[in-house]
Amino acid sequence: MQETDFEVAPQATTPTFKATTRWEKKWWLYILAGIYFGVVLTKGEVISWVRIQEMFRLQSFHMYGVIGSAVVVGMISIFIIKRYKVKTFFGQPVTFPDKAFQKGQIFGGICFGMGWALTGACPGPLYAQIGSGATVVIATLLSAIAGTWVYGKIREQLPH
Amino acid sequence: MIHSLHGPWPWYVAGPLIGLTVPLLLLLGNRQFGISSTLRHICAACIPGNIPFFTYNWKAESWNLFFVAGILLGGVVATTLLHNPAPIVIHPKLAQSLAGYGITATNALVPEQLFNWGALLTLRGFILMIVGGFLVGFGTRYAGGCTSGHAIMGLSNLQWPSLVATISFMVGGFLVANVVLPFILGL
Repeated sequence: MQETDFEVAPQATTPTFKATTRWEKKWWLYILAGIYFGVVLTKGEVISWVRIQEMFRLQSFHMYGVIGSAVVVGMISIFIIKRYKVKTFFGQPVTFPDKAFQKGQIFGGICFGMGWALTGACPGPLYAQIGSGATVVIATLLSAIAGTWVYGKIREQLPH
Repeated sequence: MIHSLHGPWPWYVAGPLIGLTVPLLLLLGNRQFGISSTLRHICAACIPGNIPFFTYNWKAESWNLFFVAGILLGGVVATTLLHNPAPIVIHPKLAQSLAGYGITATNALVPEQLFNWGALLTLRGFILMIVGGFLVGFGTRYAGGCTSGHAIMGLSNLQWPSLVATISFMVGGFLVANVVLPFILGL
């Protein structure tokens, strides 16, 4: 079946996967990056159920401002990295895999949007909500893992 | 300064700081920002069940699992060290609409009247948390990304399929928040 998930590095899905089972060596750097991101998500109220409802009811500019300005900053950053061929802090080249269109971006996208409006959280905020003390969101996260598993189980029967 | 760190951060502070996560992950190790794939890695690590979609070297992608563990810790830091004692501001129309369903305490990031362990056993709570969570997990993987992977990383990298996905997220969200949710809140 064709590749539909461009978020997993291609080398992770090659058949030699059993030979290279190594944990991330610089794991603590990613924990620090995650703490940074989690603090911003929480303090920016991106994890707020009310803010998400206001977004979908067009009652507040907040979330549009957050996502819009994040995209602008991301776009400028990627432009600079590409233009000046900036390497990683450890000297590797930075690459940008292209995403191919598939129908799941529409069908799956609508499913996710529906879930986003119900839970008030996309996957990042789910983790931050648990950290913010809403322990019941563990149940929502487990259900999201179950949803991903069911997708993996039936994906060959779904239109892509 | 300290006061403004504790209060809610406006969009023009939070948005650009979120956008900087894109170059941060690229420069840390050529990593593509995208959080929903961690749900796939958790499946691959814990319950692969001989499904081809879950048999891959998830440890090669373990950076993302550390990243989301950090997000959880970030939630802890933001609500303890940077705790905001003031209730969150809410649009009067939304407050009025929610009050009509008996939801009056909306001052928490996750309203406790809707999201609590006991509510899991009610139809309303089950739909909000379990059905909602399932749709998030199923939909993001079917779409190949979520708000971070498509709306932020994908759009930043000018990927038009990510624009299709982002529009689809909004279509699903508008539909449920405006048409379906009023019925669910009334349950």
